[in-house]
Amino acid sequence: MTRAQRIVQRNAVVYRRIWRGSVFSSFLQPTLYLMSLGLGVGSLIDPRRAASIAGGDSYLQFLAPGLLAAACMQVASFESAWPVIGKIVWRRNYHAMLATPLAIDDLIVGELLWLAVRLTTVGTAFMLVASAFGAMRIAPATLLAVLLAVVTGLAFSAPIVAYAATLKSGDNFNIVFRLIITPLFMFSGVFFPVDRLPAPVQWIAEASPLYHGVQLVRGLTLGHLAPSVAIMHLVYLLGLFLAGFLAARYTFRRTLYA
Amino acid sequence: MSRDTPLIVARDLTKRFKNFTAVDGVGFAVHPAESFGFLGPNGAGKTSTMRMIGCVSPVTAGELRVFGMDPQTHASAIKARLGVVPQQDNLDNEITVRENLLMYARYFDIPREVAARRADELLEFVQLSERANSEVEPLSGGMKRRLTIARSLINEPEVILLDEPTTGLDPQARHAIWDRLYRLKQRGATLLLTTHYMEEAEQLCDRVVIMDRGRIIAEGSPRSLIEQYSTREVLELRVPDGIRVRLRGLVDGIAERIEELPDRMQVYTADAEHALDAIREAGVHPETALVRRSTLEDVFLRLTGHALID
Repeated sequence: MTRAQRIVQRNAVVYRRIWRGSVFSSFLQPTLYLMSLGLGVGSLIDPRRAASIAGGDSYLQFLAPGLLAAACMQVASFESAWPVIGKIVWRRNYHAMLATPLAIDDLIVGELLWLAVRLTTVGTAFMLVASAFGAMRIAPATLLAVLLAVVTGLAFSAPIVAYAATLKSGDNFNIVFRLIITPLFMFSGVFFPVDRLPAPVQWIAEASPLYHGVQLVRGLTLGHLAPSVAIMHLVYLLGLFLAGFLAARYTFRRTLYA
Repeated sequence: MSRDTPLIVARDLTKRFKNFTAVDGVGFAVHPAESFGFLGPNGAGKTSTMRMIGCVSPVTAGELRVFGMDPQTHASAIKARLGVVPQQDNLDNEITVRENLLMYARYFDIPREVAARRADELLEFVQLSERANSEVEPLSGGMKRRLTIARSLINEPEVILLDEPTTGLDPQARHAIWDRLYRLKQRGATLLLTTHYMEEAEQLCDRVVIMDRGRIIAEGSPRSLIEQYSTREVLELRVPDGIRVRLRGLVDGIAERIEELPDRMQVYTADAEHALDAIREAGVHPETALVRRSTLEDVFLRLTGHALID
């Protein structure tokens, strides 16, 4: 664990130099969605109707926790892919690190720990802004919801880190982003309840990890999360995380220890 | 460990990738304060051997011990005592020159004060003190290499592994690297390096093994290898194709051996001037004639029948 912390420290030092570039994608973008859809489109939706379909007093309150989970997914996806490809292919930082007492597992654990830190800051910042709009309340349940959004992000991170270690360039990952991450963002219940979708599409949506994350985060924020349902969603997300972690151990070894 | 206990021992060491054998049963021992070189062309198995010693590539068969430990089971303990200069630069481009050293020290759990002191000393040693707070990206290739060497010394390693330390550098930068490595050697460092430059091996190595196609084909000091496998001097002749045959007949009597290369003929003899005189007296006038001492390149040519660099 202490060796994995070195990776977190290294990434933190580097991040201090490059954070400006990531502010838009990780923080401004969800905030803009919240304003345009939550305040703009939300004003067209009858509040009583919004409450009956989704819980919450307004569409804004329905949307905010969904965006919180989605923001963590997007940041997690980007920051799990590019830095890993870079550290293997372009800058070869992992090769340098592996010439020290650090081991491959330290790299993976360290990268995921760092992502947890990053997602916590993204989630907290979003939560504070949403509170300023009246879209969320600062309360213990909301803080816990931020943590669950982080778990949602990590469930994406682990398999993406594993996949990134198999790539020779970033081209394939662009395809993954367009074909998987963007559709998930649109259709996993962030903007509207998935039961509005035609049945087969609804099943696909319910299989998506983001759907489970959104249900958790929203349920907790709006106070209608049943423990049994929560456990099911959590098991799904943790299962994906674990599978991704084991896959990463395999792909990292194949690439870096041949 | 006593002074003479070897730091690295390989017996029958083998590395196979799917159906390609990169290292084919090699054996060697590296002793403290020795400069040991793997000389051979690209694809000879030098880098694969280095990677196994550096604990970043599993051994397929045979035995390898580094500081008496097995790389498979004691990787971190071994790596804590090694310094590694890889073939391809892998500096951290996102932080400064000095930060590169400090960060690397963190990976070895070196206390911050110690790391700061060593970083300054090492920057001095590789003549980069003025660039301490500069970004890495604008540094020249030679400077990056020197920074990589400084980085490899941050943990005061007992053995320094250098994989093709000057490949891709211009001659001036190369000499600067050789100069630093020579100083390390003077201080009693143990160096293990791979190279396909025979000049590099001759300058830096007390002992070399010559590798070709995954095997070690000769071992010894550069001087003893030259004595054993080549003559003292070499006469390099360029002649028109028409008189090659006549020249060959002529030289057979005076030379120990002839190598015919596409662009020239190399005549191996103890006294090249004498051989040249004899050729001229016989009425053959080569386009150019060069008298030089034998090098490891000649040893390699003799042993493998092909040149070190194609």
